[in-house]
Amino acid sequence: MPFSREIHTTHPSGPVSDNAAESTFAEIDDSDRVTPAIEFRDVVLSFDERVILNRLSFKVMKGETKIILGGSGGGKSTIIKIVLGLLKPDSGRVLVNGEDITEHNETQMMRVRKQIGMVFQEGALFDSLSVYDNVAYRLHEQGIPEDEVEPEVRRMLRFVNLEEAIDKMPAELSGGMRRRVGIARALIGDPKIVLFDEPTAGLDPPTARTICELAMKLRDLEDVSSIFVTHEMNNLQYICSEYAVVDEEGQVVFEREGERLCLTNSKVMMMREGKIIFSGTDESLRRAEDPYIQKFLRGH
Amino acid sequence: MAARAARGLFRRPRYINEIVAQMDVIGVGSLTIILLTGFFTGGVLTLQTYPTLQFYGAQSQTGRLVAISLVRELGPVLSALMVAGRVGSAIAAELGSMTVSQQIDAMRALGTDPIRKLVAPRMVALVITLPLLTVIADVVGIAGGGIAATTLFGLSIDAFIASVRDGITSDDIIGGVIKPFCFALIIGSIACYKGLSTEGGTVGVGRSTTRAVVTASIVVIITDFFLSRALQYLLGMPVT
Repeated sequence: MPFSREIHTTHPSGPVSDNAAESTFAEIDDSDRVTPAIEFRDVVLSFDERVILNRLSFKVMKGETKIILGGSGGGKSTIIKIVLGLLKPDSGRVLVNGEDITEHNETQMMRVRKQIGMVFQEGALFDSLSVYDNVAYRLHEQGIPEDEVEPEVRRMLRFVNLEEAIDKMPAELSGGMRRRVGIARALIGDPKIVLFDEPTAGLDPPTARTICELAMKLRDLEDVSSIFVTHEMNNLQYICSEYAVVDEEGQVVFEREGERLCLTNSKVMMMREGKIIFSGTDESLRRAEDPYIQKFLRGH
Repeated sequence: MAARAARGLFRRPRYINEIVAQMDVIGVGSLTIILLTGFFTGGVLTLQTYPTLQFYGAQSQTGRLVAISLVRELGPVLSALMVAGRVGSAIAAELGSMTVSQQIDAMRALGTDPIRKLVAPRMVALVITLPLLTVIADVVGIAGGGIAATTLFGLSIDAFIASVRDGITSDDIIGGVIKPFCFALIIGSIACYKGLSTEGGTVGVGRSTTRAVVTASIVVIITDFFLSRALQYLLGMPVT
């Protein structure tokens, strides 16, 4: 169950849907939910003499958001690159939806990557393509007819509230808009796993909040599993203590967890020098006595 | 990398539009510098060789000397160096910028092989356009040599053209096309490799661009020596 014991707002099949209200409280098939979306087993990765990941093991369950915290150079982004097959571990196993991808070649990884959306730190939009062509990129590559591509692109841009920017070039967009286009591009094709690599770095607080809301909508309304790499505590606060629901008017609203409701579909993992130094809920993270964690939480 | 790009040409999706676009950028875009290089190289060849040939009473052979020099050596090598400078640098800079801004990673994450999408079309476009540019440089160079011979030294154009016809053989033309084909593979491979292996942000892009041009130019010149020697044996050209 991706959400709380009392409410869930997931939909098993649909992508980001305009009629999300209908998907709220929909029936879901739990038979495949025991298989983790992503699993690392004793993964080790070194560059030259430097150990980047040191016997790393963790799971991201279906519909769960795993927030990976840690300072710069701690190996957070490396995890995402390994999931995508952009880097290969020296040892250990990596599984995506139960499939061992550790030894996959580039051709096999192309198939796996179709199940995964990736949001890069700076958006990584293709400079020479318009917003429309950026978002439509995956569909164009698959040879989907243009009359099917356009409605899909518009739907994704509506999801990130950027439909008016459809004809703009990336150079004309602000940093926050670039990230949102990056999210729309990552979501095209309805991947059930989305990886966020510091998507709010360098953004002003309201824009960062918007990005977090998009991540929450994916988690709570679309049943997407995700890894959210960040070093900003605001992101943790938003994602671990708020959830998205659709109100009576069909609008997506965000509510805070309270006394009766505790979010169970967001977990926190903290890394330091390639090792996991904490794994659990945000509440237990705040209670952790580790001096490094306390210093990280306080910001000094 | 070149082998992977070649294999990728036979798999779907095929990037025909990308190849055409690159042929436009590489071929049409390089036409001006190739025309200028060819014309003035032919002209200066006449300028430098005519007095010497006249000393031996062989000034009527100016066309032969200019044509053989251009078709066998100067046309292919100078065209390759010009394209290495203009196109090699552009490819390395473009791919380098895409690498450091994670666009290459994004492409792979979206299920596209950058070798097939970016490298293969550039290689194919170079392999098609560089021999064509070389032929254009040869023709314009001979014309430049002819104009210099007639206007500066009073040699009749008929005598110049006749000596060109006498001097050029089909082996020269075959060799003059084989060379740019090989140079295109060299320039494309080096420029794409340097671009895709860029590290270190914008400074790294500049470094990759410089290395791509310098390495490609040197490899072209070194390869030209061995290729010339090989062609002499294969095509039965005079060795001594």
